[in-house]
Amino acid sequence: MRKGLSWFNTTSIALGFAFLYIPIILLVIYSFNASRLVTVWAGFSFHWYVQLFHNQQLLDAAWVTLRVAFLTATIATVLGTMAAITLTRYGRFIGRTLFSGMVYAPLVMPEVITGLSLLLLFVAIGLDRGFWTITLAHITFTMCFVSVVVQSRLVTFDRSLEEAALDLGCTPFRTFFVITLPIILPAVVSGWMLAFTLSLDDLVIASFTTGPGATTLPMRIYSQVRLGVTPEINAACTILIAIVTVVVIIASIMTKRQEMERQKAERLAAAG
Amino acid sequence: MSNGVAEKTQKTIGGIRRKFAPWNDPQAVPLIRYQNVTKRFGEFTAVDNLSLDIYEREFFALLGPSGCGKTTLMRMLAGFEEPTEGMITLAGQNLVGTPPYKRQTNMMFQSYALFPHMSVWDNIAFGLKQDRMEKGAIAARVEEMLKLVKLEKFAKRKPHQLSGGQRQRVALARSLAKRPKVLLLDEPLGALDKKLREETQFELMDIQMELGMTFLIVTHDQEEAMTVADRIAVMNHGKLVQVDQPAVIYEQPNSRYVADFVGDVNILDAKVEALAPGAVTLRAEAAPDMPIRVAQECPAKVGDSVALALRPEKLRVELDPPADPSVNTLTGTIWDIGYLGDLSIYHVELPNGVRVKAAKPNLTRMVERPITWDDKVYVSFTPDAGVVLTS
Repeated sequence: MRKGLSWFNTTSIALGFAFLYIPIILLVIYSFNASRLVTVWAGFSFHWYVQLFHNQQLLDAAWVTLRVAFLTATIATVLGTMAAITLTRYGRFIGRTLFSGMVYAPLVMPEVITGLSLLLLFVAIGLDRGFWTITLAHITFTMCFVSVVVQSRLVTFDRSLEEAALDLGCTPFRTFFVITLPIILPAVVSGWMLAFTLSLDDLVIASFTTGPGATTLPMRIYSQVRLGVTPEINAACTILIAIVTVVVIIASIMTKRQEMERQKAERLAAAG
Repeated sequence: MSNGVAEKTQKTIGGIRRKFAPWNDPQAVPLIRYQNVTKRFGEFTAVDNLSLDIYEREFFALLGPSGCGKTTLMRMLAGFEEPTEGMITLAGQNLVGTPPYKRQTNMMFQSYALFPHMSVWDNIAFGLKQDRMEKGAIAARVEEMLKLVKLEKFAKRKPHQLSGGQRQRVALARSLAKRPKVLLLDEPLGALDKKLREETQFELMDIQMELGMTFLIVTHDQEEAMTVADRIAVMNHGKLVQVDQPAVIYEQPNSRYVADFVGDVNILDAKVEALAPGAVTLRAEAAPDMPIRVAQECPAKVGDSVALALRPEKLRVELDPPADPSVNTLTGTIWDIGYLGDLSIYHVELPNGVRVKAAKPNLTRMVERPITWDDKVYVSFTPDAGVVLTS
């Protein structure tokens, strides 16, 4: 980057950051408010965090959400990766266009429609709504994201690597696990993380497909906010933000370190 | 290499190379046989009813422009493509239907295809591990391979920490590690610069002799094919045009296509004027007032249109007419001169506008060329310099 920013650039950056982060910063600040009233500052306190960890309902909801997100991300990653491989590898087959259209439909489909149609399906086949229906619904709508991420990696994958493995006596099945998968693993992992976060903060589809006894954290927060915003909710949100921030920072450090190592290696190689 | 031992090995290799000619021996059993092999991709015929025998310990080159089917021919031997028709046998066994991982061939890929997530050591050991070879034996073989390609110090590195030349060696070591019956090399030196490529060509030949293996190389670089191969197959449009030793391909091409593809050549259209045993007299369109004698049996008849192929280095360009009346002499003017350092290429325009190239080694250090632009010159060549081509 060049040194010195023009006043125009400075202003746009400041405005951009303000637009993005002022609401979040406000929320974080008020989560440490001693007062019960959300908009009146009455000194610093951890009171609402203590309170939060005694709120069994919120804790239960968080546990449900984590389980749903974990299961969803894992299954969606397996299915999405399989779909990506099929779409990139098996050139033309009957129904390919239909298949790729179907895989990517949830990407552009309004959530309300996805949620409603899944609800109708679950009712029609007589499936008891609850934990498993939310998980199924989340798999349906996150799989396409995994598929997109993995497919973009596979497009640039050098097929001769697989051919080399076959040539050296490795069966196609083993080749996938010892050659293909390790090489595309970063894409698969980011697919998993994407699916995990998407499932974690989904409200609409979860609301449609849930049943008694399965309330996710976003649903719980939403229903409590309808009765008025409490500092407790602020505290819960602050914790969520902290978790997401930490994960994102770790991920970016990892990428950065990989990039640096690669550059170092290239310099080494160039030197002979 | 300057020590005595190395020189001695070189001599032995030379001796073996000179005597090696199983293709002339009717008793010899080919290692690889392509029998009436055809490969079609949809409408496109990549390999067209082709038959070819390759013998054990042979260094065989498939040469041709891109799209001529040479890579497809090799990939069918590796098992990545199945022939549409015909049979391929390796050591008497029919390979059609055998998947690549069950074939005793190994391939060195054009992109090297090194596994990026494995060290050099693991890359070389990969094939051996697939065979469930014993650990100690794997280690011994990998060390041996590393030594062969002189990469002992790099065993722990990952492929991206190596230079292009080093990667190429790892790829070679990996494909040799399993001691395949045939090593397939797909444009193996394409990514290297010229100097390194030339060095590596000789190394490849040495390795092939040392291991006594059969090598099949695919290349579009005719110099590379000429350097390394015992025999070359020149391909065009999925067919073999000529299969022979490099010197035969170069000196006695069987068609315009081969003459033109391999090396530099002047091709003059001509008509057969007279035929005698072991000799033919031509009348070239480019020099109608001068009969050209060629010492060659010619299958054509008097009056047939043929082509005379003349390599530039076999033409002499002089300011004075040659003293020997038996050589063929054409007259022309210097149209352009290409100075390459070791050679000068003279482009001579014949009276009716056809240009021929003559190469002259620069034997002495001279900044000023004695022959220069627009000079009237005599282009002469002996009767055994040219080749009459009928196709």
